[in-house]
Amino acid sequence: MELPAKTFQVTRADLVRYAGASGDFNPIHWSDRFATKVGLPGVIAHGMFTMALVGRAVTEWAGAPDAVVEYGVRFTRPVVVPDDDQGTEIEVTAVVREVTEDGLTRLDVTATCLGEKVLAQARATIRTTR
Amino acid sequence: MSLDPSFVGRTYPPTAPYQVGREKIREFATAIGATDPAHHDPAAARALGHPDVVAPPTFPVVITMAASRQIAEDPALGVDYSRVVHGDQRFAYTRPVVAGDELVCASTIEDVSNRGGHGFLTTRTDVRTVAGEPVVAVWSKIVVRGEA
Repeated sequence: MELPAKTFQVTRADLVRYAGASGDFNPIHWSDRFATKVGLPGVIAHGMFTMALVGRAVTEWAGAPDAVVEYGVRFTRPVVVPDDDQGTEIEVTAVVREVTEDGLTRLDVTATCLGEKVLAQARATIRTTR
Repeated sequence: MSLDPSFVGRTYPPTAPYQVGREKIREFATAIGATDPAHHDPAAARALGHPDVVAPPTFPVVITMAASRQIAEDPALGVDYSRVVHGDQRFAYTRPVVAGDELVCASTIEDVSNRGGHGFLTTRTDVRTVAGEPVVAVWSKIVVRGEA
């Protein structure tokens, strides 16, 4: 079963807000000067911000903020966020891989930006019975 | 430069307790656009059986980042932090983090490998309450990019 796709807009302002809330002030997430100096095309989103947005999709699909029992991803490609009002978009989809007898649902999640996968092996297990 | 595989199994002393604040959870939830009332309203969280507002799933990284960075910056291991990129991240929850928790992180180096000129370092951080109750286990793999 495929779950309904969710799209998240990501702007520079979102990265600044996430930096403050998470305490991750690595300049590759806010300074083009620094990002390009270390060989990136420009400022990129925190991998953990992308993971947080995907986590939001998972909890929304689960219908409960406390349903996630396991959640893991591999970061494969940076999410470049241009310095304009639109920023970029991350699209998140998932398929149900397994429903266990003890009430757990395992999801295989896909996250893309500009048509390219930005995560691999993105998997979440949610508790579907309380 | 390659990473020394003999570091596998090395453990690090527990961190000072981190006091999880209600406003910090609200701030983090707002920053990721998580609007579920259980992240913001203690009454909504209590209705789900939690003592106070519930943190979103990736919130523990706020607490574990310092612990994993302590390892990456261990001079004996010799990681060049300016060449580090985040590889993998995984959480296994015993229960969600909630406001009011006092949490301690204990980290172990679980794996060290070198492939294709890059170094890979996997750490496991066990997050427990000060009373020793397990809350979440957090795995983080970093990649130390080789000199091109």
